[in-house]
Amino acid sequence: MGGSTVVPTVRIQQEDFDLAEEVARLSAAGSNIGAVVTFSGLCRDEDGRLSALELEHYPGMAEAEIGRIAEEAIRRWPLTGLTAIHRHGLIVPGENIVVVIAASSHRQAAFEAASFMMDFLKTRAPFWKREHLIDGTPGPWVDATEADETSTRRW
Amino acid sequence: MKLRYFAWVRERIGTAEEDIELPAYLNTVRDLLLWLQARDDGYAEALRHPEAIRVAINQEHVDHKERLEGAREIALFPPMTGG
Repeated sequence: MGGSTVVPTVRIQQEDFDLAEEVARLSAAGSNIGAVVTFSGLCRDEDGRLSALELEHYPGMAEAEIGRIAEEAIRRWPLTGLTAIHRHGLIVPGENIVVVIAASSHRQAAFEAASFMMDFLKTRAPFWKREHLIDGTPGPWVDATEADETSTRRW
Repeated sequence: MKLRYFAWVRERIGTAEEDIELPAYLNTVRDLLLWLQARDDGYAEALRHPEAIRVAINQEHVDHKERLEGAREIALFPPMTGG
């Protein structure tokens, strides 16, 4: 395929995003798109324990690092489009934290690219989660998991 | 040198960023971590397990053997937990 002309969309923002709108935009970006895989990650309340998650990020590097991960995904898989949006700030249970959308002619590339993106977003993108407890007080920083590291190493 | 700290590294050191004149004998990221550790109790607490600290130079991940030449901005932070 030579040099890819697919330009990923990467956004870091405090406000929520519209999943349907983002999917529609990638789906409409060409006529040879046969597969669009969407992963969205939501804030959960840990069975009523949490009132919110606070996401700290490294402005500038967050965009740059997710951009590097996206370029690698585009290099590895024949994608027609790729979007990654990651929120920061205070996010309450049920709200979106992140979305990755990968579009391709066939499903395998789209599935794999979305999975690759999420593994690297979790372990390489400079974001840190802190719990806010149900009584409103700030709780502990979330620990990184070995499972996420292991999942990243499979690529 | 501009140093930036995030998450619990930031909290334990007590500031989000600072400009520090680094001694010329610091060659690598590891040298910097050990030197910072000795500054005061906050740094010592933040960097108690230096091997666990992640580092970015000029907003790119580096390992602890990376040399400091060319660095304009060095960031120290815990393992990431986004996504």
